[in-house]
Amino acid sequence: MTHATPKKPGAPKPVAPKPALRRFHQASWDEPVIFELSSAGQRGVLPPEPEADLVEAAGDVFDNLPASLKRKTAPALPEMSQLHVLRHYMRMSQENLGVDLNIDIGQGTCTMKYSPKVNDQLARSHKLTELHPLQPLSTVQGILEVMYRLEEMLKEISGMDRVTLQPGAGSAAIYTNVAMIRAYHESRGEGKKRDEVITSSFSHPSNGAAAKVAGYKIITLPPDADGYPDFEALKAAVSERTAALLITNPEDTGIFNARILEFVDLVHAAGGLCSYDQANANGLLGITRARDAGFDVCHFNLHKTFSTPHGSGGPAAGACGVTKEMAPFLPTPTVEFDGTSYYFDTNRPQSIGKIRPWYGMAGNIFKAYAWIMSLGADGLREVSEIAVLNNNYLLNKVLEIRGASAPYAKGKRRIEQVRYSWEQLTSDTGVHSEEIGFRAADFGTHYWTSHHPFVVPEPMTLEPTESYSREDLDEYIAILKHIANEAYTNPEIIHTAPHNSTIHKIDQESFDDPEAWAVTWRAYKRKLKK
Amino acid sequence: MNRIGLIVNPLAGIGGRVGLKGSDGIEIQRRALELGAVPESIQRATLSLIQLSQAASQVEVFTFPREMGEMSAHEAGLTPMVIDETGDLTTAEDTRRAVREMSGLGVDLILFAGGDGTARDVCSAIPAQFPCLGIPAGVKIHSAVYATNPNHAGELAGMYLHGRAHLREAEVLDLDEDAYRDGRVSTRFYGTLHVPFRPLLLQNQKAPSPASEARQAEAIAADVIEGMQSGIAYILGPGTTTRAIAQALNVEKTLVGVDVLRDGKLIAMDVTQKQLLDMLETMPARIIVTPIGGQGFLFGRGNQQIGPEVIRKVGRENIIVVSTSAKLQALRLQPLLVDTGDAEVDALLTGYFNIITGYKERMAYKVIS
Amino acid sequence: MTTKKPSMYPYIPNSVPATKEAMLKAVNAKSVEEFYADIPDAIRLKRRMNLPEPLLSEAALVRHLEGLLSRNKSTREVLSFLGAGCAGHYVPAVCDEVNSRSEFLTAYAGEPYEDHGRFQALFEYESMMAELLNMDVVNVPVYDGFQATGTALRMAGRITGRNVALVPATMMPDKLSKVRDYVKPDLQVELVPFDPSTGLMDLKALKKQINAQTAAVFIENPSYLGFLETQAEEIGRVAHENGAIFVVGVDPISLGVINPPAEYGGDIVCGDIQPLGIHMNYGGGHAGFIASRDEEKFVMEFPSRLFGVATTCVEGEYGFGDVAYERTSFAVREQGKEWVGTASALWGITAGVYLALMGPQGMLELGQGIMQRVRYAVKKLNQVPGVKTHFPNTPHFKEFVVNFDKTGMTVQQINQALHEKGIFGGKDLSAEFPSLGQSAVYCVTEVHTQADIDRLVNAIKEVVK
Repeated sequence: MTHATPKKPGAPKPVAPKPALRRFHQASWDEPVIFELSSAGQRGVLPPEPEADLVEAAGDVFDNLPASLKRKTAPALPEMSQLHVLRHYMRMSQENLGVDLNIDIGQGTCTMKYSPKVNDQLARSHKLTELHPLQPLSTVQGILEVMYRLEEMLKEISGMDRVTLQPGAGSAAIYTNVAMIRAYHESRGEGKKRDEVITSSFSHPSNGAAAKVAGYKIITLPPDADGYPDFEALKAAVSERTAALLITNPEDTGIFNARILEFVDLVHAAGGLCSYDQANANGLLGITRARDAGFDVCHFNLHKTFSTPHGSGGPAAGACGVTKEMAPFLPTPTVEFDGTSYYFDTNRPQSIGKIRPWYGMAGNIFKAYAWIMSLGADGLREVSEIAVLNNNYLLNKVLEIRGASAPYAKGKRRIEQVRYSWEQLTSDTGVHSEEIGFRAADFGTHYWTSHHPFVVPEPMTLEPTESYSREDLDEYIAILKHIANEAYTNPEIIHTAPHNSTIHKIDQESFDDPEAWAVTWRAYKRKLKK
Repeated sequence: MNRIGLIVNPLAGIGGRVGLKGSDGIEIQRRALELGAVPESIQRATLSLIQLSQAASQVEVFTFPREMGEMSAHEAGLTPMVIDETGDLTTAEDTRRAVREMSGLGVDLILFAGGDGTARDVCSAIPAQFPCLGIPAGVKIHSAVYATNPNHAGELAGMYLHGRAHLREAEVLDLDEDAYRDGRVSTRFYGTLHVPFRPLLLQNQKAPSPASEARQAEAIAADVIEGMQSGIAYILGPGTTTRAIAQALNVEKTLVGVDVLRDGKLIAMDVTQKQLLDMLETMPARIIVTPIGGQGFLFGRGNQQIGPEVIRKVGRENIIVVSTSAKLQALRLQPLLVDTGDAEVDALLTGYFNIITGYKERMAYKVIS
Repeated sequence: MTTKKPSMYPYIPNSVPATKEAMLKAVNAKSVEEFYADIPDAIRLKRRMNLPEPLLSEAALVRHLEGLLSRNKSTREVLSFLGAGCAGHYVPAVCDEVNSRSEFLTAYAGEPYEDHGRFQALFEYESMMAELLNMDVVNVPVYDGFQATGTALRMAGRITGRNVALVPATMMPDKLSKVRDYVKPDLQVELVPFDPSTGLMDLKALKKQINAQTAAVFIENPSYLGFLETQAEEIGRVAHENGAIFVVGVDPISLGVINPPAEYGGDIVCGDIQPLGIHMNYGGGHAGFIASRDEEKFVMEFPSRLFGVATTCVEGEYGFGDVAYERTSFAVREQGKEWVGTASALWGITAGVYLALMGPQGMLELGQGIMQRVRYAVKKLNQVPGVKTHFPNTPHFKEFVVNFDKTGMTVQQINQALHEKGIFGGKDLSAEFPSLGQSAVYCVTEVHTQADIDRLVNAIKEVVK
């Protein structure tokens, strides 16, 4: 056998430039459901055993437990060794697309921005995680100071007089605002008379839902021809039965309602209050404030504007800002400072009581505080300006894509997000908006259509926060453009998408059939047997 | 094996293209053809079938000869089963016969291409709740039983065959063609058909989807009934949403007519305008109406019995408007229209109504004339 | 002094001046001011926001935050017997590992395709809870146990069409406060008194109070005061005989040894999963669950998401999605359609990890071990002069009430003294339950050793001398 003559040393073999679109494939482990990984006798972690003396002294702990309360058969939990549990969850963790992995501008209204790791790490200190909420105040001055200072910051950002950090997330914060409004009217003997709340079609559905839970009748304002909440409709809807107006600005369309002061004045004149849903605040930090627009209460989502991570759907955190007139109704307790130390004020006779256990989502409060501390006033201003710049840059580019449009307010600038429509493309090709979303998963990203009801047909809502670079935006556009093109030339590939995601087209029929649906593994097995 | 019945009304809308309004009647059809009108419904049906065969590969098509569906099927690359025979020019009776025969064969869905007239003919012959769907091919369509375009019709039909579309009850409006030609628009609420509609492929995960229309109608009924006062006559306009109110009270209601309730009981059924006016002499009344058809008319289409005199007597403040939000969505939240025939009453009605869209839910909605 | 602006912000890639310029050019704007043109001048903030000067370097930020944290003393540093709605159980390392993965941490609301992992993990959580509870339907977590309780009661109201909820007078006061507010539009809440010697619900009173207006009878098992409601089965019977729904609030970590309510008539079960692998987080570690039988009348009343399993177009592949998404409540008395929002998903995933690590044997050993430690502590404390425990003949799970009346000291004084000895004593109940005198509720979990308990007993002995 002869050796091949070695090649003359020269330049390395060049790696060709990457193709225009990422050749993405999502992790796909074809992982069974955890119960199928169970193996009799395996254990993941051993609980500490009580000492022999103690056990003897304790005697038979079940001797006074009635039979009805004693568990007879062990729960059929999976039996797995520690590594196997970890591995199963690691595999599942790879089968998600969060901010840390994808250009997550597609989840419009969620404000998917970078959650700084330094904040996550610090929040894992036992000096936060292992604090019991009933510890003596002298042992928790650190976290109380964080809560106090965050309140001060949010007061400045919103212009409000007080802020509560107790709500668990955005919808809980909306409910808190509505509960305070209800308490306010009740305190003035108008609780029964004022039984109507006004909101708009483009508001988050939780505005109407929370108000309804609180016992109100909901009147929705449809959009006018320009996409703003219809002011004439508001005039028709306001009366002496109006408890409040619950509104967002800008709404999910991204258009700022310049007549907001008129809206507020009209409702105030009728004796109602105004609540500002500031889930879309990311474009307005340092630009305009809830209080200056006349609002009585407002709320922020700390897991949106203020960077705390979304956690696959929580835990999150909400904050409600209120004027001093509304402050007596705040949930109990509030955090106060007496010049030397921080303490809780529980003596609040007009308070609506507790919204949730304890004082708030301490870990997320800490992270939001840290984020604001890392940026300061100029940094927050930059956050908003870049978020808005990114959004308008993206808007321009999306409008160049065949079949896409941005309904309402033609030619106007948007603030931090836009609700687009693929109506033209759907009409031309029969491809629907959500199918485009599924196809996007083949390129390592996704998008969200809209809240129900779909006022804008074939919607797509994009929100490029300040976390994304120009290159990120260009890549996202390239993906959309490519898919739009496919709709016109090869729609089948979109209809059968996704192809490169973790799994393939799900058979949806069983989800609405009581005979077939299975919310748990045991229900599934039981129904299969039948 | 999926089976479709296909009925094409080749003369639907044929007058419109050559400046003749409407297309009923043998004479109008002859004149239109003489003027060079081309039957568009045939082409549109073809488009639907192409879309359908892409969505559902194993489809057997049953149809009538030549222009009534056979041509469209061939154009779409399908080999249909042609049942029965027709004369040279097709008539409404052919349509009705086709419907009877295809439903008798037990096809899964009847697709029909045409306009309001065709929908009316299908409606008069089809067994109750038999699934069908319209391919739009006429001039302006007032009925709500048509897909938005031929492609959409084919897609919906395919989804239905795959069990991925639900049926909903939609209104058929019957346009008075003679009146139309004379410049008057006059419609009757003729009946309803059960047509597939597109549920969302995957609901968005951040908020609950709206309730089904049926449940919404029940919620609306609960709200309206809660507000009813004794001694007052409630004039209930036609429509499926108003019918839900009667159902909740365990009272019969004519689907297409106007009925009157008082103290939870039916006191008059399928009344004329005169009967209403007579009744108003003797008791206070409120009107409960819902928009009918696909054009968003609140008064003037399908509920002319509640005429301008009645409206004037009852008073704007005693008019209760109900509608599912799904229906308003379908109208793209565009203002509702009124055309009572009396300009003064129309002007009275313009403005905003707090439409009841659910239990303790309202929408401040614009009405224009 | 205003900090100098940095060359760019690391969290804001396009804040590099040249990039900002180029992008402005690309959209034909001279400055970002143009984007705000629609905002009326009257509501423009015309000054710089008054916020603390930023800590631009990560090192400075860490220093500042660690300084704040150092002013906290955690239960790792002080021996704690605090409970009363939040418990210091042991959190296995794998639980923390999984919920710190940024793949889970930064995901949100993607579809069941590209977020398949999240859906599967939550479905598995639902399924493991279902085994613990012996029920076929468990929801994706809501905010916390208070919310779960409020919602469970409203569900009962919707299902029965009635408007009164009967709850035990020993119910956790904070929970009662939240529940009262939440169910206000639909339900009236009435307290059923308890027997002061046993803590158990007064059945005679229950039978008198229950009537055709009762939508639900609710019990906590174990109670806020730590004892197990031994009459649970009978209470359920009374509820059912009167057409009411039996709602039971449980501590899930007890269900390795204690029977789940499904076995004694519970219709809707609710509670908080904080004990299952979630740190206390100063009260920020809560998540609520609601469970029921797989009957349409219950399922349709869940306002929360329910993830179900399904097939895909590929054989052998699992898919997941929302079950009965189009749920609504429309009964005439329905005053509220509750909402679905961001709640506590990651805690649900964590609880799933915990249950998988523990397995059936672990849950059994843990529950038994806790009850043994409690027995031991109760025995020892009753030997301290002036100190006794309430409800001595009623079985307890992990908490119990200690009474100090005979010592002549208040709980406040005792806890102060214990604190000086490096111990957090139990929660002072004297304001919430004056009928119990100077009492405190103590919590003992698997993290407490015999030495810990002995140390507590000795400390109390010294303090009350």
